[in-house]
Amino acid sequence: MHAIEKLLAKAAGKESVTTGEIVNCSVDMAGINDLYLQTVRSFYEMGGEKVHDPSKVIMFMDHYAPPSTIIQADNQKQFRQFCWDQGIELLMDIDQGVCHQVLADKGLSYPGEVLVVTDSHTTTHGAFGAFGTGVGATDLAIILATGKLWFRVPEIIKINFEGELPKGVYAKDIILHAIGELGADYAVYKAVEFAGSTLKQLSVSERMAMCNMSTEMGAKTSYIQPDEITMAFLKEKVTRPYEIFETDPGYQYAAEITFDVSKLKPQLAAPSSVDNVYDVTEFLGRHVDQAYLGSCTGGRVDDLAIAAKILNGKHINPRTRFVVVPASKAVFLEAMDKGYIQTLVEAGATFVTPGCAACLGTHEGMLASGETCITSTNRNFPGRMGHTQGQIFLGSPAAVAAAALEGKIVDPSDYI
Amino acid sequence: MEKIVTGKAFVFGTNIDTDQIYPGRFVELTDVEDVAKHAMEGADPDFTKKFQPGDIIVAGTNFGCGSSREHAAITLKAVGVGAVLAESFGRIFYRNAINLGVPLLVCPGIGRLVKNGETLTVDVVSGTVSNAAGEIAQAQPMSEYVMNILASGGIKGLIRAQLGKA
Ligand code: SF4
Repeated sequence: MHAIEKLLAKAAGKESVTTGEIVNCSVDMAGINDLYLQTVRSFYEMGGEKVHDPSKVIMFMDHYAPPSTIIQADNQKQFRQFCWDQGIELLMDIDQGVCHQVLADKGLSYPGEVLVVTDSHTTTHGAFGAFGTGVGATDLAIILATGKLWFRVPEIIKINFEGELPKGVYAKDIILHAIGELGADYAVYKAVEFAGSTLKQLSVSERMAMCNMSTEMGAKTSYIQPDEITMAFLKEKVTRPYEIFETDPGYQYAAEITFDVSKLKPQLAAPSSVDNVYDVTEFLGRHVDQAYLGSCTGGRVDDLAIAAKILNGKHINPRTRFVVVPASKAVFLEAMDKGYIQTLVEAGATFVTPGCAACLGTHEGMLASGETCITSTNRNFPGRMGHTQGQIFLGSPAAVAAAALEGKIVDPSDYI
Repeated sequence: MEKIVTGKAFVFGTNIDTDQIYPGRFVELTDVEDVAKHAMEGADPDFTKKFQPGDIIVAGTNFGCGSSREHAAITLKAVGVGAVLAESFGRIFYRNAINLGVPLLVCPGIGRLVKNGETLTVDVVSGTVSNAAGEIAQAQPMSEYVMNILASGGIKGLIRAQLGKA
């Protein structure tokens, strides 16, 4: 069996599982975002009264942090009341940041865990060897009511990245490249395992960005076998007991693909789909109205560090806005401690409080019609960050910072 | 669930994501009547003016990819979609729609077989799709588990029963 299958089997109380089988799994942690009041509604509509296990539920006020409309404020108010009524102590209020980063910061993401959040990018937690998957409001309400949820045991695809990363090329570039080659629907209903020699060069932050983006090829979950890099990160953070599963030798993957990344150029996903991927050199000189650094994909300390390095002692182009959103409070504090915030503010960055901000086009950095934005986030669908005629390029944090500096798309490897 | 649905086809392309089905800026709305007003707005701003209850959405691959927002399924249910036929669906959207009792059929090649505006008849149980000329496509069979949820009109009733609520 694959590690993911062993994990699901254990959660379902079974000896083994097979591909395609439907299993009912106990969920170790269920997360709800402030976008989905429907979760609470569905819970009561199904006759729920008391949450099955409040200690296994976490509530995030991240997408509307802080609220910019009265309706958002009211939704958050109802959520807080629900947490208080139900004894849900893990209430991550508007000061905390984006769900996936908060889970990692607080040691709530760990190997062998079944982690389900009302957010499609829950695949992020494959970086820790967890089974992380996104669901909608009603599925999450089922977990609230019963502590369990059904899953179909997925086919598993292995994607290997081999070779040393060239200067100015990051995990974001290699995952964009893979999505561009394979397509946005390549892994629909399937799980993706990332492996290969390149992973040894990737920090936990970079691995999170990679697993996060597996959603953009349709993956149900992602997986990286925990190693010494994972363990070094988890050591101080995770206090709960956990189990590391390993894939049996000879396990038959549904497909196995290998990319040599040693000659890869920095990549961009051009408007308006994530699999519309090119070398950055295709767009050199294109004017950028807004550069955006943030989100559960590209708003971590490593990302702010590279931006601070590129912009240190310099100033952004006067015709460009540079919006920076630390992914979480912990990221914000660490970046402050390391001096990155000072550097970026002096360079002309506009800081937004930790959270989702304009990543999903509701507030704090929206695009006007016809504007071009380069962003370290994960989606460039029409209207994702504001007006449907806004043009969104997805790139690495380095590509974003370099574009902010010059006011146009440039090759970030020239700035490292 | 209606076992046989007949309606006008509204044909969309590939990778229609949930931001196009239901734009992010309206996710704060929670009342079904409000949610219904923005169906498919990101893909076709006039959609709700033209769409009649019972009409059918047809798309290429990966319909409903993107965010987990259940609003995308709620809005299509609220406008009364008869069925959604696509070559494949985003995983979370698929679960959301089935949970709400909205029939989704995975139908190989369907994006190229149907003309926008033509009348289709879909047998949700057997998966056959017909137009005026006769049968044109056959959807993949649904798993028993999924069919049971649909036949029960969505998952909420099943969970109510499991919790011992009438
Ligand atoms: S930062 Fe963006 S992608 Fe991540 S959870 Fe928030 S809205 Fe979703």
